[in-house]
Amino acid sequence: MKIHVWRSLSLAIGVLVFSATLASAAQVEKFFDRHGNLVVQEKVERYKRRADEGTVFPVPPPPFSEGIFPCSDCHADMEPNPQRRDLVEMHDDIVLEHAEGQRWCLDCHNLNDRDKLRLVSGEEIPFTESYRLCGQCHGDKLRDWKVGIHGKRTGYWNGEKQYLLCAHCHNPHSPRFKSLQPLPPPVRPENLNRQGVVEASGHN
Amino acid sequence: MKNIWNFFKGTLVLTARGSTAYYCWVASLLILMVVGALTYVVQLTDGLIVTNMRDQVSWGFYISNFTFLVGVAAAAVLLVIPAYVYNWKPIKEIALLGELLAVSAIVMCLLFVTVDIGRPDRFWHLIPFVGILNFPQSLLAWDVAVLNTYLVLNLTIAVYYLYNLYYQREPNKKFMTPLLLFSIPAAISIHTVTAFLYNGLGARPFWNASILAPRFLASAFCSGPAFMILVFLLIRRYTRFQIKDEAIQKIAELIAYAMFINLFLLGSEIFKEYYTGTIHLAPMQYLLQGLHGHSALVPWIWTAMLFNFSAFMIFLIPDTRRNNTTLVLGCVLIFIGVYIEKGMGLVIPGFVPDVLHEIYEYVPTGMEMSLAIGIWATGLFVFTMLLRVAIPIMNGDFHVAKDGVGFHIGDNLFFLRKADRDRLVTDSEGEPTGKPGKKAKT
Amino acid sequence: MSNKPQCDNHAFQKSRRKVLKGLAVGVGVLALPAPNASASVWEAFFQKNFRELDRNELQKVLARLESEYSKEYGKQVTVKATLPIEGVKYGYGLDLSRCIGCRRCVYACVEENNQSREPQIHWIRVLRLDKEKGVALEYAEHYYNPAEVPEEGHFYMPVQCQQCENPPCTKVCPVQATWQENDGIVVVDYNWCIGCRYCMAACPYGARHFNWSKSKLPKEEMNPETHYLGNRPRPTGVVEKCTFCIQRTREQPGRYPACQEICPVGARKFGNLLDPKGEMRYLIENKRVFILKEDLNTQPKFFYFYAT
Repeated sequence: MKIHVWRSLSLAIGVLVFSATLASAAQVEKFFDRHGNLVVQEKVERYKRRADEGTVFPVPPPPFSEGIFPCSDCHADMEPNPQRRDLVEMHDDIVLEHAEGQRWCLDCHNLNDRDKLRLVSGEEIPFTESYRLCGQCHGDKLRDWKVGIHGKRTGYWNGEKQYLLCAHCHNPHSPRFKSLQPLPPPVRPENLNRQGVVEASGHN
Repeated sequence: MKNIWNFFKGTLVLTARGSTAYYCWVASLLILMVVGALTYVVQLTDGLIVTNMRDQVSWGFYISNFTFLVGVAAAAVLLVIPAYVYNWKPIKEIALLGELLAVSAIVMCLLFVTVDIGRPDRFWHLIPFVGILNFPQSLLAWDVAVLNTYLVLNLTIAVYYLYNLYYQREPNKKFMTPLLLFSIPAAISIHTVTAFLYNGLGARPFWNASILAPRFLASAFCSGPAFMILVFLLIRRYTRFQIKDEAIQKIAELIAYAMFINLFLLGSEIFKEYYTGTIHLAPMQYLLQGLHGHSALVPWIWTAMLFNFSAFMIFLIPDTRRNNTTLVLGCVLIFIGVYIEKGMGLVIPGFVPDVLHEIYEYVPTGMEMSLAIGIWATGLFVFTMLLRVAIPIMNGDFHVAKDGVGFHIGDNLFFLRKADRDRLVTDSEGEPTGKPGKKAKT
Repeated sequence: MSNKPQCDNHAFQKSRRKVLKGLAVGVGVLALPAPNASASVWEAFFQKNFRELDRNELQKVLARLESEYSKEYGKQVTVKATLPIEGVKYGYGLDLSRCIGCRRCVYACVEENNQSREPQIHWIRVLRLDKEKGVALEYAEHYYNPAEVPEEGHFYMPVQCQQCENPPCTKVCPVQATWQENDGIVVVDYNWCIGCRYCMAACPYGARHFNWSKSKLPKEEMNPETHYLGNRPRPTGVVEKCTFCIQRTREQPGRYPACQEICPVGARKFGNLLDPKGEMRYLIENKRVFILKEDLNTQPKFFYFYAT
């Protein structure tokens, strides 16, 4: 009995000390400076809330396949199945080429409300904010995208901007940018004065 | 004023007369000029697309000829320096002919620039205070300024001198000498400025070498005088005009030195490019070896090198220099050699490969050639006319008549007023025909 | 008009006109307009440099051009002369890690800027480079034409006017027909250019193009929204170049240049270099950036960068 008491007491103290250490760790940070000296200082708040949090980026409607949205049109009556599996009846045209070893549908699509996407944090977001979902892994791209560096941003250089969702250029299931046929090369200077002839016979 | 008009009328009569060879020569020049002019009309109508110049090689045959001819024009100074600075009489007697060549060459230069520009109708934009001449920023503005100055300068000297001789007056030395001395820096400046025009472009490593201006001058001192020697030999042979052997020998000797410097500077340039072997070697490779299978200039440049070197040897060795046959050969070789090297050989590699390393092999079209021939014919026509007047004047065959109004050609008197003429004919002065100073076929 | 204060030189102008008219009539050279040419031809002949036009003269010139072009192309053509916006210096960014060499920009530019279709003039030249060699222009292929781009082992580098801060082309112009505007755009007065092509020799980027013959521009393809210094139809025998779509970008709000708008991979960036919060400053400060032929000290305002 006594032993029991002591044991639980020591456990309680241990937990207390541990959490105290944790608490103090949150206020103090230690690191070695350039000269190899240990520095202990009060912790600086580094992870501020992003300035653009809550900013709405004007985007055109997401590029859904014809007639596929809202998903709830079909899924409302279906029993959600969280089991990882190969889809056979529907969506079997989707071939996942996007870290397929580590991921499947419900890592991004929301189990209970199919009209929404789901962040790792559990937050449900609309398809129009899918960039936040992509940004969970591709944070650098999201950061660049917001300032108009990654991806295509049109509109007015000194006025309103029009963004595109990641999905407008990258198929989220197979995001590699697809090849394009290039437009014709310029006319060679040798042929400039008899362009008609050259175009008729085709470029090379 | 009246005197000038009378002098002018006299020269018109004089140039209208001559031997059959003279007539044939002038007629063929006129035909070529007409052909050139017609070509120019086509070019004006269709645009410069009739040439083979393109965005990649935006200057071609016209500007190459221009560049070479600036050299020929500057070369008059090689005659003026010994004649007037060192007061060496044998050359002093013939220095004027060099100035006439300069005038003709500048006329050709200006024509070549005119046919090269896309909007000749806007020429007035170049006139200071009327248009906007971008002076002193643009080297082309400098070139416009110095070329026109040089033209006016040489024309003034030549006309003033001949005019006075015609009226059998002693030219005023206080007027002539400063102008002549000024023509020396002016001649150097036209070539330096033209060299700088290319030299100052960081975009074109082939031209962006500080050795370019000295190279220009060295080669100019070869080509112009070589042409002069040929003209002297012809004049000596076909007219009564006296040109001393020592004058020609001296010029040939100077050509040898100039050619040595030219070859040396070219060699230095080639060494630098090949030994360092940066990507700036490419134009030099294109010129000397061909680049990626493009080698249009290679046979030409090696011909030029061979010619220049042989001519150098000919002028260096006293025996071949004194022999008239080899002397003529040397002059011809130099003229062609420098024409290739300082013309297409200098301009085209500036553009091949182009700034984005595209290779467009430029070869002038028939139209370009025909227009260029037209301009050469014009230049030679101007030179012929100038010589046709200058030589009889300097021989004393062409001068004002005793009455101060008519003029005298050879043994014959010509009168401007019919009444005077009739009076004199009745005074039994003989027929107003005869043998005016013959003009040679060049 | 734009940069320099207007000097009142009417008396001078008049005498200039007189002199020239006398000269032109006297000479009667082939290249000059025929004596019986219409008044507008003579007006064009005697037109002053754009920067010397006062407000009234400019209005006249613009009206004349508008009526000429409208007649020629059978549609209402506007020719503006919008001034630079205060406090703006345009800059361009091109993401080499994104460009796939599809040449969409080349042709969008042609359509927007009324380039001659025949003989063909392109303001943008896309180079195919080797990944192994890097940005080494001597290995550039200009005429690549595979079925699909991008190709294995290659990357692509579009080159157009770099809008140098220290432009070698304007310096050499013998008649000041080309100059840099206050917003950094290098422009050409197509009515003042004499077509000597010295600027083309001076440009290290092959950005300047010459109208070797009369441009062919189909009426239905002609873009009627034009700027005097930009995309208005060009006469034969003058030089032209990219102006960052001056007819678009000088408006408020100003659209992006056509090449930026068309790019399917979003490799092209455009903005005000003086705006510290703008995309240009972001990419210059945060990305690996280089300028082409830096050693020539032309100081391009066209920045190549690698977003990744």
